[in-house]
Amino acid sequence: MYQFKVHKADKLSTALDLFNASDEPAYIAGGHTLIPTMKQRLSAPSDVIDLATIPGLDAITLVGDTLQIGAMATHAKVAASSLVQEHCAALANLAGGIGDRQVRYRGTIGGSLANNDPAADYPAAALGLGAQIVTDRRTIPSDTFFKAMFETALEPDEIIQAIHFPQVDQAVYLKFPNPASRYAMVGVMLTRTAGETRIAITGAAASVFRAATFETALTADFSVSAIEAVTLSAETLNTDMHASAEYRAHLCKVLIQRGVEALTA
Amino acid sequence: METIELKINGRKRTLHCLPNATLVEVLRDQLHLTGTHVGCDTTQCGACTIHVDGCAVKACTVLAVRSDGSDVMTIEGLAENEASHPMQEAFKACHGLQCGFCTPGMIMSAVDLVNKGCALEPSAIREALSGNICRCTGYQNIVAAVMQGASEMQEQSS
Repeated sequence: MYQFKVHKADKLSTALDLFNASDEPAYIAGGHTLIPTMKQRLSAPSDVIDLATIPGLDAITLVGDTLQIGAMATHAKVAASSLVQEHCAALANLAGGIGDRQVRYRGTIGGSLANNDPAADYPAAALGLGAQIVTDRRTIPSDTFFKAMFETALEPDEIIQAIHFPQVDQAVYLKFPNPASRYAMVGVMLTRTAGETRIAITGAAASVFRAATFETALTADFSVSAIEAVTLSAETLNTDMHASAEYRAHLCKVLIQRGVEALTA
Repeated sequence: METIELKINGRKRTLHCLPNATLVEVLRDQLHLTGTHVGCDTTQCGACTIHVDGCAVKACTVLAVRSDGSDVMTIEGLAENEASHPMQEAFKACHGLQCGFCTPGMIMSAVDLVNKGCALEPSAIREALSGNICRCTGYQNIVAAVMQGASEMQEQSS
């Protein structure tokens, strides 16, 4: 790592001021993406602004029907939260399957969403569950939040404060992890609310996306037979050393089928 | 240079480090606590696993300055009054190692999973140890050691 300055922010406004007064600033949440990229010198911030020192940013609360998770809540905290388990078990399970035990004690939901790694789990949760991303200045619907690989709608200095998950009737997350990295080769978040099906897929393309043709078919008829003839084009999917685009397209459909089976069992 | 205060293995220490120093660098290079190993230095292998405020973390991916005020325990702090911790004894008894490089991290993760009430069956232990990589063994004896160490830890605390 190159040398840098560390600043401990005590509130959001201080963090913003520090960010805007620095040459090459970076916010740090759990640091489990930023530190490795800094070690590789892919990132070389002049100033690292610590968000962990801002009190209250990791709270998990239920307001009405909405599950509100603070951006600095770690994966371990979300997985172990009885509130999350009770109101959205699929989200707790997803958090408990991210990375490994040690990573889950440090990595945060806000950090994961702001990073938008193409194979991360939380983007599928936010998009599939129709979450709202609440920042220091506005609320961004998940449908417009994820822009491209490692790109989101966030302004450079914008800070995620919390993620609001509306109540859904049913949800399941199925992941086919890469056995070495444990990142999703394909991860599918399938949810149902008032008969409407939403499907968000991570790991398969440059950024998380909704499987519209499957959603339409399943909203009309929520059964495995309804999607028998539906396919996902491999054209925009990733090919890498782990899997071809065609294989990923196949995995997407298999996981969607399994999700439908799980929710109709 | 930044000044940080840490409790390390029960003892308060005031340390001076550069902002880009990782916790494992401070532990090994400044405090000579070389039981914590650096394997991959990329958050994969878990050889550098220590406990920070009671949670197993990879010390290669934690900035030392961010640990200011934390309670840190390394493999050296696990033994009490010169007597090995039950998990250390179990790794010895079950031969849960070959070269031993990954062992300190394995043991720190194993103690964490027992402390946090993880299910003590082989599949759950394998899942909970997925952040620790051993390139010598087939994990069989490691899993056996964790099961034995866990039951001894539970016996001691009951």
